[in-house]
Amino acid sequence: MRYEAPRTLGDATGMLASCQGVARVLAGGTDLLVALRSGFVEPELVVDIKRIPGMAEIVAEDGGWRVGAAVPGAALGRHDGVCRAWPGVVEAVELIGSTQIQGRATMVGNLCNASPAADSVPAMMAAGALARIAGPDGKERDVPVGDVATGPGVTSLAPGELVASIFLPEAPARSGDAYLRLIPRTEMDIAVVGAAVSLTLDDGGCCAAAKVVLGAVGPRALVVEDGAAAIIGTTLDDDSLAALEAAASAAARPIDDKRGTVPYRRKVAGVLARRAARIAGTRAGENR
Amino acid sequence: MSLQHVTTTVNGDRAEFLCDTMETLLDALRDRLGLTGSKEGCASGDCGACSVMFDGRLVCACLVLAAEADGRKVETIEGMAGTGELHPLQTKFLELGALQCGVCTPGFLVAAKALLEENPDPDETEVRYWLAGNLCRCTGYDKIIRAVLETAADLRGQ
Repeated sequence: MRYEAPRTLGDATGMLASCQGVARVLAGGTDLLVALRSGFVEPELVVDIKRIPGMAEIVAEDGGWRVGAAVPGAALGRHDGVCRAWPGVVEAVELIGSTQIQGRATMVGNLCNASPAADSVPAMMAAGALARIAGPDGKERDVPVGDVATGPGVTSLAPGELVASIFLPEAPARSGDAYLRLIPRTEMDIAVVGAAVSLTLDDGGCCAAAKVVLGAVGPRALVVEDGAAAIIGTTLDDDSLAALEAAASAAARPIDDKRGTVPYRRKVAGVLARRAARIAGTRAGENR
Repeated sequence: MSLQHVTTTVNGDRAEFLCDTMETLLDALRDRLGLTGSKEGCASGDCGACSVMFDGRLVCACLVLAAEADGRKVETIEGMAGTGELHPLQTKFLELGALQCGVCTPGFLVAAKALLEENPDPDETEVRYWLAGNLCRCTGYDKIIRAVLETAADLRGQ
């Protein structure tokens, strides 16, 4: 295995593109190192992107925030601006692993690992986040976060491409987001179900816009349009939230495994979506 | 196979070693530098027995490639005690018997020190969440949590 730590994005994508065998990007390494050590992947090349200037920075852009691919969870959680704008995204990232994992794990790594249960992905999708993909030709393109993972462990990235940053857009006034997940213990586990809701209230306290995204109940994070429709135009009253719950349960396409049965996951998907909507609504109300 | 040349700083001292690209920082600390205080428990980032500070952040050394340490700063359990004097956390762990077999202890100490540097007045819940990534297979958690809370109180002068 060849280890490279390039100093420019162009060098990184060039190395990835010219590698004949399996190549992997190393950011926080919390998934990659485990895969390497277990022999799950045997790359010919590992490209460590942490020495590329700016990769570990969070910068203000167009009222929102651009989060570099090498920003660990610990840094994101201490960034006042991102915490204020997108508390749901931050709480989702902070649920990933222990304090030690937070010292290394990145949002972009969570995205590109493409686990159906990735905690930060539903929250980023609900926030309308964009992934900036850098390619070997020096070109960059921005795609919705939901278009990066295409199935368990599989992404839409072409050879030589990498996700260089995530753009979290400006949060409109009176908006709030939230992410909840169910695990069998209080810490350090993989989501049985995750639910993210982002919404904006109008002047009268009615929900003007909403996004509802579920994790761990399908091969990739699932946008629940019917769930958003159930709460848009309402005051998030009990009946509307019940309709959201039903829509989320109906949309879930979970598998049966040791951590949860299909009916259980369906039920929990609805419950978490409803609770997340309530928290997002409260946050939106406080965010004037 | 070509070896990677790494120059790094460990506990304030310059350190140099050659390593395989697949080698972890934990392997290098233990096998190249003879710093065997950091333990390998799970080798997958679940148990925290290999907790070290890496450029000021608490990490599992088993999830860092040794090659990544070039030019970085690493702090291990070996650097925790001052010259001839234990760190207050170490003293408290001894006083309260906050260890049984001891394999998890270096990781707990490094992680607890990082906590107290960031939050000198944690409550019990904060201590338990912060240390959730440190597993004690002897299950001696209560004394560990108490030792951290009491050390925090001592350091605050209470």
